[in-house]
Amino acid sequence: MRWKTTTYSGWGNHLRATGQLARPEKTALLAPLLADEPAPAIGNRRSYGDACLNSDGRAIDMTRLDNLIGFDPDSGTLHAQAGVLIGDILDIFGPLGWMPAVMPGTGFVTLGGAIANDVHGKNHELTGSFGQHVASIELINQAGDIETITTETHPDLFRATIGGLGQTGVIASATLRLARCPGGTIAVSERRMADLDAFLDAFHGSTATYQVGWIDMGARGESMGRGILEEGSPAEGRFAKPRKLRAVPFTLPGFAINRLSVRAFNALYLRRVPKSGRERERPLRDFFFPLDRVLNWNRVYGKRGFQQFQCILPDETAPAALREMLDLISASGIASPLSVLKRLGPGRAGMLSFPMQGFTLAVDIATKKGSNALLAS
Amino acid sequence: MTETWIILGASSAIARAFARQQAATGARLILAGRNHQELLEQAQDLCLRGAPEADAAEFDIRNPGTFAPIIDLAAQTTGTVNAAVFVGSMPEQADIDRDPDLLDTVVLDNFTGPAHFLHALAPLLEARGKGTVIGIGSVAGDRGRLGNYAYGAAKAGFHTYLSGLRNRLGRKGVQVITVKPGFVDTAMTWGIEGMFLVASPEDIAKALITATRKRKNEIYTPWFWRYIMLIIRNIPEFIFKKLSI
Repeated sequence: MRWKTTTYSGWGNHLRATGQLARPEKTALLAPLLADEPAPAIGNRRSYGDACLNSDGRAIDMTRLDNLIGFDPDSGTLHAQAGVLIGDILDIFGPLGWMPAVMPGTGFVTLGGAIANDVHGKNHELTGSFGQHVASIELINQAGDIETITTETHPDLFRATIGGLGQTGVIASATLRLARCPGGTIAVSERRMADLDAFLDAFHGSTATYQVGWIDMGARGESMGRGILEEGSPAEGRFAKPRKLRAVPFTLPGFAINRLSVRAFNALYLRRVPKSGRERERPLRDFFFPLDRVLNWNRVYGKRGFQQFQCILPDETAPAALREMLDLISASGIASPLSVLKRLGPGRAGMLSFPMQGFTLAVDIATKKGSNALLAS
Repeated sequence: MTETWIILGASSAIARAFARQQAATGARLILAGRNHQELLEQAQDLCLRGAPEADAAEFDIRNPGTFAPIIDLAAQTTGTVNAAVFVGSMPEQADIDRDPDLLDTVVLDNFTGPAHFLHALAPLLEARGKGTVIGIGSVAGDRGRLGNYAYGAAKAGFHTYLSGLRNRLGRKGVQVITVKPGFVDTAMTWGIEGMFLVASPEDIAKALITATRKRKNEIYTPWFWRYIMLIIRNIPEFIFKKLSI
C-alpha cells in the first residue's frame, strides 16, 4: 500500500495536519494494512475541526471502501462499508421507501464518520442520534483482527466506538436500521422569529418531525436572536432528479466574509421568508442538505478557514446563556452568516456523544484577529 | 431493450464509478477481473444500486483462455452488448529499464491483451449490429516521454488498434470510443509526485457516459487535455528530445 505524504484539514480549513495517508480501494487490503501499521481511519473530512487530523502520523482514508453489502427491504436493514455517503443512501433507498433515520446537515459524510461522531440531525428530539440506529459494527482492531460488535455482544466497546472518533479501531462496515421514507419531499413551514424568546417558545411549542432555526447573529438590542424557524414533516411528493451542483471554484480572499457582506447576507436571508411565513414542499436533499448545492462552500472563508463553535445548553439555563453568547458574539464584530439553533432530546448512543436534552447553538466563525479570543471566552 | 456492459478490469476505480453510473440507469453488468471475491462484493453493490443483474466473471488479460466464457455469457443476453476496457498496468519506467522483460507484460496488459479480447468479441457485436466499445487509452500514448515511454508506446499501439476497430465495426453500427484520460485520482496515481489537474474517477465515468450518448470517436478527459496534448505533440522533435516532461 502506497502512503501519500500530504497536508490536509477538516472542513473548516483552520487547522491542518501534515502526515501520511493510505487510501485502500480493495476490502482485502484493509486488515493487513492495520496489522502492518496501525492507524486511525478518516472519512470524507466533513468535521469542522481537527477530528480527522493525525499530525506527523498516519491515517487511513476510507472513502473508496464504499460498497453496499446487503439490504433487507422488509425490515429496512442496510449493511454497507464505512465509506458509503449518507446522501447516497438517501438517493438509492429513498425511492424504495427507506432512508437514514438521522442525517446531518450534509450528505457528504461517510457512514463510518457518522458513527464515529454520533451525529445528530434536525429530528434529534424525536429520533435521537445516528448511533441509536446502528445495529452492528464491523471493527478492525490494531492487530488487524476483524470483529462484529453489537450492543449485546460488546456493550462497552460498542458504546466507545459510537462517537469515539476512530479511537477504538477502524470501522470497516456497519448495519443500519433505516427509517420509513414516505415520499420524495418534506412539507416545510418557515416562520420569522422576532427575538430569542419568541424563538425558544416556538421550539417548545413545535411538534414537527424536523426543526431547525437560523439566527441572525448581527441583530442586536430588541431584535437580538431573531431568525427563521424551519419545521418539516415527511410528505409524499415525487422524488426529484439530482440537480447539477455548483461549486466555489477557488478559495476566496480572507476578507470576503466581513461585517458588511455578512450583514447584507443576513438581511437578505431573513427577508427570503415573508413576514407572514410560508409553506412549501421541498425535495429531500434540498431540505436535509441545503449547503450541499454549493460544493466547496468552505472556500468562501478564505485560506485561514473558519471554526465552528457549538454548545449544548440544558433547558433551564438556555435562555440566559444564549443571550449572553449572542451578546458576546455580536459585540465582538466577528460576523457569522451561518448560525444554527436546534432543539435536542436526551438521545445519545456513545460514551462521548455530544447530545443531551436542551438547546444547541452552532456558530461558524471565520478565522480572524480576535476570533480565537472570542472562542476562548 | 436492455443494455449489457462487459467491464474488463472491473475493480479499478474508474471502472467502479462507470459500472455504478450504468447500474443506476438499469444496465446489466458483467464484471471481469482477477479477484473473484472482490468482484462478487462489487456485483452485490451494483445490484443494490439499480442493476437488474451483475455477474462476476473470472478474467485475466494475460490468459486468453478466460475470454471465451465471458463472450458466451454476453451472447446469451438479448439486447445491446457493450464493452468497456479498463485493464492495464503501469510499472515505473526505471523498473523496466532494470528488467526489460517487463516490456512484454506492459504491451500485453495495455495493448495485445485487450486487442485479443476485442477481436474475439467483434463478431458478436457485428452480428448484433449495435453497441459501444470503450477503450481506455492514455495521454501518455500521444508522445514518447522520458519518464513513461514503454507504457506510452503500448497505449499508442492500443489507440491505433481502436482506430482500426472503429473503422471495421462502424460499418456494422457499432461505436468504438478511444478515451485518453489525463491524471486520475486512483490507486495508480495515489502518492506519486508531480501529479496535477487530477480528475476524480466519477468525473471520468460521467465523461464516458456522455461520449457514449453522443457517439464520439475519441475523447480526452477532462477535456482540456486535448489542448495540453496538442501543444505537447507539436513541440519539434529536436527540442522535445531534450525535455523531460
